[in-house]
Amino acid sequence: MGSILTVENLSLAIGKEKLLKSVSFKIKKGEIFALVGESGSGKSLTSLTIMRLLPDVISVSSGDIKLKNRSLFVLPEYQMQKVRGKSIAMIFQEPMSALNPVMTVGEQVAEVIKIHLGLKKDAIKKKAISLFDEVALKDPQERYHWYPHQLSGGQKQRVMIAIALACEPDLLIADEPTTALDVTIQAQVLKLLKKIQAERNLSILFITHDMAVVSQMADRIAVMRYGEIVEQAVCQAFFNAPQHPYTKKLLKDAAKTKEERETKQQSDRLLEVENLKVYFPIKKGFFQRTVGYVKAVDGVTLSIPKGKTLALVGESGSGKSTIGRAILSLVPIADGTVRFGRQNLAGLDQTALKPYRRKIQVVFQDPFSALNPRMTIGDIIREGMISLGVGPKEKTLQDEYIRELLLKVELKEEYVHRYPHEFSGGQRQRIGIARALAVKPELIICDEPTSALDVSVRSQILELLRKLQQESGVSYLFITHDLSIVPAIADEVAVMKEGKIVEQGPVMQVMENPQHAYTQVLLESAPKLPYTIQKRKK
Amino acid sequence: MSIVLLWTDILVWLLVIVLLVWGRVISRSPQVKKQWHTIFKSSIAMASAIILLFYLLFTLLDSVHLRFAAHSTASNGQTVQYKGDTVSLLDLIFTHNLKSTERTYSAPFATHEYSKSVVVDDKGVTRQAYLPLKHVSRNDDLLVKSFYAVLLGILIGSLIIVLHLFWQSSGNFRELFWRNWKAESTLPWRTAYLTIIILAVLLTWLYMLSFDYHVLGTDKVGGDVLYQSFKSIRTGVLIGILTTLIMLPVAILLGVSAGLFGGWVDDAIQYLYTTLSSIPGVLLIAAGVLSMQVMMDAHPGWFETTLERSDLRLLFLIMILGITSWTGLCRMLRAETLRISQMEFVTAAKAFGVGKFMIILRHIVPNLMHIILISVVLDFSGLVLAEAVLSYVGVGVDPTMYSWGNMINQARLEMARDPMVWWSLFSAFVFMFILVLAANLLSDRVQTVLDPRNR
Repeated sequence: MGSILTVENLSLAIGKEKLLKSVSFKIKKGEIFALVGESGSGKSLTSLTIMRLLPDVISVSSGDIKLKNRSLFVLPEYQMQKVRGKSIAMIFQEPMSALNPVMTVGEQVAEVIKIHLGLKKDAIKKKAISLFDEVALKDPQERYHWYPHQLSGGQKQRVMIAIALACEPDLLIADEPTTALDVTIQAQVLKLLKKIQAERNLSILFITHDMAVVSQMADRIAVMRYGEIVEQAVCQAFFNAPQHPYTKKLLKDAAKTKEERETKQQSDRLLEVENLKVYFPIKKGFFQRTVGYVKAVDGVTLSIPKGKTLALVGESGSGKSTIGRAILSLVPIADGTVRFGRQNLAGLDQTALKPYRRKIQVVFQDPFSALNPRMTIGDIIREGMISLGVGPKEKTLQDEYIRELLLKVELKEEYVHRYPHEFSGGQRQRIGIARALAVKPELIICDEPTSALDVSVRSQILELLRKLQQESGVSYLFITHDLSIVPAIADEVAVMKEGKIVEQGPVMQVMENPQHAYTQVLLESAPKLPYTIQKRKK
Repeated sequence: MSIVLLWTDILVWLLVIVLLVWGRVISRSPQVKKQWHTIFKSSIAMASAIILLFYLLFTLLDSVHLRFAAHSTASNGQTVQYKGDTVSLLDLIFTHNLKSTERTYSAPFATHEYSKSVVVDDKGVTRQAYLPLKHVSRNDDLLVKSFYAVLLGILIGSLIIVLHLFWQSSGNFRELFWRNWKAESTLPWRTAYLTIIILAVLLTWLYMLSFDYHVLGTDKVGGDVLYQSFKSIRTGVLIGILTTLIMLPVAILLGVSAGLFGGWVDDAIQYLYTTLSSIPGVLLIAAGVLSMQVMMDAHPGWFETTLERSDLRLLFLIMILGITSWTGLCRMLRAETLRISQMEFVTAAKAFGVGKFMIILRHIVPNLMHIILISVVLDFSGLVLAEAVLSYVGVGVDPTMYSWGNMINQARLEMARDPMVWWSLFSAFVFMFILVLAANLLSDRVQTVLDPRNR
């Protein structure tokens, strides 16, 4: 089989700084080629170079890209435009921003067909509808007239695929196509891509950071790091015998297994939530009358064991973050009790809550918005101590205490006087953890603390959380959508769907023998690494 | 001699103190200090700031008012009788101009009046002639005097530069000078020094020649236009900065409360500013100023001097302008507060049980600072121009007060005359143009540096 796309010694630079260093690979006809790497490794830059959509400041310092033996760099711009969309099509990570919100999705597909194929009006519409049919969009006739905001995330991504397929391209570039989607939707979209690829004998350049997705999709894999390809192999061989140390580390970080922990069946309960309901009012009209409620959390009962971790799993919009906020009394509780020790926290006013504020703390998802950009790290950590009266009162002793905390979360002492923007995502997350720890809490609510982080950083943060738990016996409520990290951190799991808990139990029991149908679907949809790797870890 | 404190004087000095304190506070935060450093890295910003500083200097000189005793020797035990007129430090500098009023119009550097008058000469013949001006030098030594003025200007400028270098360096004086001169320093001091020298030369030249000529001509009643232009600086700058001073607290307080508390507070504030911004600003200002005028006319006993009277009207105009101009900033602050209050660091502070007031003070206002700063510098030039327009329409400052708007208003009718009387309009235009241009250039730079979207 001849190769569709050849990238030879591609190097990019911005000024003197090198972004890509001599990247070479070939994509054959009818093959899925995966480009894997952490953020900033140069995956997306490579795809943009193939489309010749690089920003002006970045220059190609050497190398060539050939599409079926035709060099793309020598083509004039008007010919390149024909290549884009017709020979090479692209689908993006964020389907929301890739579709034009003021055009119907049908028109957007039709536009591409019209530009590249020049069909008659009726024929265009017919083709668009048949494409919608192919990407398994329900009622394609009707959906043709819908606007993007009327579609869900998964449906939008299907429309994007339809647009990409419209002109029967030779190569499809999929840049993290499922990162923004929930696991169940992700599974559907991946299946669809695979099916279309098989039917059309299409070549796909698949860009992702998720090892498990790669193992399901790819025929061949290239791993990128700091703008270089460190390893290139056929899928099977890649997972069975990784060569480069970085690849080995990536795979190790991705494959989370249960650490040996003693699991006492009946441990003490630190926090018990009973029949918790949180409703948000829908207000309408001039006088803002309440016309209805959104039932974000609808009768949830769960309990958090002392010194252990409860993972709360669910897809976006299932209400898991709202539970976290309700426990912190940051949203009004409509009904139910939140019992901490013997005290019911629901319905307490701010002053009565204050003693419990220091016992329950929180770590957030987005490390960039979680720290006030105008405060130094020292002041950020100090704020809670002063407000809740924890720790020493004298400033010098406080500084000492803050330094100890920074060391505890494996940061350097001298960071005290720095500002948040000087730190990376992982470091900021450590600062966030230090801030929560400063008031010596008994329960920390971790609201997706690792979902904004790269794989290797993620495993470091999980490791840190585990270490802190062993040292101080703090409990975690670990809110996540990522099933793959649950065994690594949690003792118990609660699965949530549409404001309700469908299943709760010890990790092994739920993960290996799920009772509820939804849990089974979730576990099935989650992309898995090949069995061999999971095996090897043990 | 005694010092007279007008309302606007008090406010302007208060503002200077506030600015100094604020400068001291921000010099302690390395982050903010760095931002200002970045702003002044641009030579345009540096030059603009120096020009604005000179304007501020004249404003401050004109904001110290004195009254002199009517009799030079006040015998002990007697209450001192004061003269009816109050003079500022700037007036003292320009005393010669104050005294040397002519009869009517004269062009810049002219030796005779602009129009012919009927005269009866010694022989009893009536004829029309250009009368000579009273307070003008007859010697034809304009160039010689200019030469000395320029020399003196350079000397004064260099003195300022030397003082600055001395203050900046502790020892290596010459080395520092060459480093600054060769543009090797981080801030564009060379541009700054050039600006200072140019300004010093220009001002010295204008001042020296004003003893012998009417450098910018005279107006209808023979008043010196150069003096009027300098006096107008205070009016323009005051309206520009004091209005913001009045508007800021209102805008910040209402904007932040609307964004943070939501609910009915938000609704009430939104209705308030929507209503206020739907009323035409000029209408509101005209109504306010006219009713104030009626009240002042009814109570002439309130004021000892005409200056106090016109000062109160200026203050009132500033207040009205402040009331009509806070809505824009308030709306922006509300939107930004809404965004920030959803950020996780605010949630974290709430989880620590930090009070609402502390959250506003520590987490919200510092993150709004860039918007406030940008809008203050942007509004400044708009307000200076607004004064000119309002005075032109007749609802601005008191007609007896020197202001660029009044100068333009008075020059308006003479535009139709042939040959045209252009210098009043020209002077007002140039003085205002330089101020507004400098303010705009600086605000442009401030916006580029502080706006997070530009990073």
